[in-house]
Amino acid sequence: MNDAQPLIVVEGLKKYFPVTSGVVFQRKAGSVRAVDGISFSIARGETLGLVGESGCGKTTAGRTILNLYTPTAGKIVIDGQDLTNANKVDLKEFRRKTAMIFQDPYASLNPRWTVNAIVSEPIRVHKLFTKEKERIDKVNELLNLVGLSSRLINRFPHEFSGGQRQRIGVARALASDPLFIVCDEPISALDVSIQAQVVNLLEDLQDKFGLTYLFIAHDLSMVRHICDRVAVMYLGVIVELGERNELYENPLHPYTQALLSAVPIPDPKRDRERRRVILSGDVPSPINPPSGCRFHPRCPIGKEHCKMDIPEWFEASPGHWVACNEIKG
Amino acid sequence: MDNHSTPLLQVEDLRTRFHIPEGTVFAVNGISFSIKEGETLGVVGESGCGKSVTMLSILGLIPIPPGEIVSGKAIFRDRDLIKLPESEFEHLRGNEVAMIFQDPMTSLNPVLTIGRQITETVRTHLGMNQEAAEKTAIELLERVGIPEAASRLGNYPHQFSGGMRQRVMIAMALSCNPSLLIADEPTTALDVTIQAQIVELVLHLREQLHMTIIWITHDLGVVAGLADRVIVMYAGYIVEEALVDDLYENPCHPYTVALLGALPRVDRRRDHRLNSIPGAPPNLLVEPHSCPFAARCTYVIDKCRVENPPLLSVAPDHKSACWVDIKSSTTGITR
Repeated sequence: MNDAQPLIVVEGLKKYFPVTSGVVFQRKAGSVRAVDGISFSIARGETLGLVGESGCGKTTAGRTILNLYTPTAGKIVIDGQDLTNANKVDLKEFRRKTAMIFQDPYASLNPRWTVNAIVSEPIRVHKLFTKEKERIDKVNELLNLVGLSSRLINRFPHEFSGGQRQRIGVARALASDPLFIVCDEPISALDVSIQAQVVNLLEDLQDKFGLTYLFIAHDLSMVRHICDRVAVMYLGVIVELGERNELYENPLHPYTQALLSAVPIPDPKRDRERRRVILSGDVPSPINPPSGCRFHPRCPIGKEHCKMDIPEWFEASPGHWVACNEIKG
Repeated sequence: MDNHSTPLLQVEDLRTRFHIPEGTVFAVNGISFSIKEGETLGVVGESGCGKSVTMLSILGLIPIPPGEIVSGKAIFRDRDLIKLPESEFEHLRGNEVAMIFQDPMTSLNPVLTIGRQITETVRTHLGMNQEAAEKTAIELLERVGIPEAASRLGNYPHQFSGGMRQRVMIAMALSCNPSLLIADEPTTALDVTIQAQIVELVLHLREQLHMTIIWITHDLGVVAGLADRVIVMYAGYIVEEALVDDLYENPCHPYTVALLGALPRVDRRRDHRLNSIPGAPPNLLVEPHSCPFAARCTYVIDKCRVENPPLLSVAPDHKSACWVDIKSSTTGITR
């Protein structure tokens, strides 16, 4: 898994959204720096977790990597192909190789389309099968793969429960035989008993097809369960990245430590013994992020120089990267 | 007062239904529980299990019709809340029982300032004049940890973050020193770091004000950190009830066991796949006659499909509604 070149390489990726003022004559008043220079790679068959609080830019990162947003700066390489100067044909091939599973299984399926129309859309767009019969066979096969009966092919989304809808979303994502799937909070809208079903399904599909996942989530327990490596984002930048057990057992960045200590444990005795790091305040605005280390206003160990010095991204131990002024040395 | 023998709230055989065009929704199907003064009770269950409807029924907040409270009593300080006329409820809600909700944005009025909304509450319930009410409002906001409280009275809800809005809701709920606080998924819409702040705040206030709290959630993790006793609900029934340590160490109902098995742990290395619970919760439009969990249960026996098990004592302070003793059962999964 590690010897070959990685499937996905992201370097210095940035995505800014303009903030405008004025009603008739709109002026650019600033920009929301949703993603502000992130770099990582994902090996074939690997699952990388991307975690952080709401507003940290993790969803924007996922969408920009799939070119659903045009990057402001940075490089994306998938399967050896650089997307920076890709033309329309390249981009279409890139889209065939990638897919996305969305958070809200209610909003992400067109309510006027049948399951057949929804799941076969990628097949039609990429002209993978020309004959109607072949397309329907493929949709049936996909539905069986995700644990739905092929009898349901002509039903509409409202006839399904949340968990079943998410299975339809997974079937659609698989329709173009992708290599890489961005899962954007795929289970956070589901009940606990249904979450485990969908997670196990995603794992089975990964084993079967050698899929590579970017798993975006705020549920840190589930991320530890499903991901091989985990990246922690704060205000548009990655502050720590490492192998899952290393990161969860030996978190270096004060933000990662606080985040992990805030996760409730379903075990009252363990929960009482734990030391909590309670962060004060909320995530600052990404329009005008704090100077120096972006975490300094909330940091429990921050010093005066953290207000000025932008922390360097360095490898603290093999495969364990962190950006904090107080850790180096 | 002998707080130790009489419960603050005692609910008996509560049944709530909704009559909708598609039929009758059997939302709450005869549940009984009680809560002692000073206790924190966790109510856990998935969406549609009846946990919110139970609390709304007790507070007289069920719209009738389409709702109907078919039977039941809810004795709160010698009064039956189910039979209480609306005029008395207005005094009770806010004064003696307060409730906070999941989404602080929809529970606050977006076109009124925070100050106006809090002062209105204290003026109505405590009969204060505007000046005294403002002073109280500032004290309340300071107590829930809102910095520069005096200058924030003129702000509107959208000027606060989600966590701060929830603090404002808590301030309003506390304004009349209620003896019972019902919190309905108050941290579900918040990030974990903000959730930890709110839980810490509530624990601190509980200590300070000796409040009795009912905390409704779908998250078995949150409840572990704050409840004294936990009720697990499924499809309108209480399926298990136990002291908090006992429930997590020694779960007796197959649903509780399955839920705990379906949860990954942040503090443990992965050792196996998650135990998923097959299927989905039952259709509430069908009147239940069997165990509601039977169709998804790995321990199921024939009796489960014809007769619903009652909630019975399995150990001191521990009740479970199941025909099978899962500890000695040879079928089914083990954790």
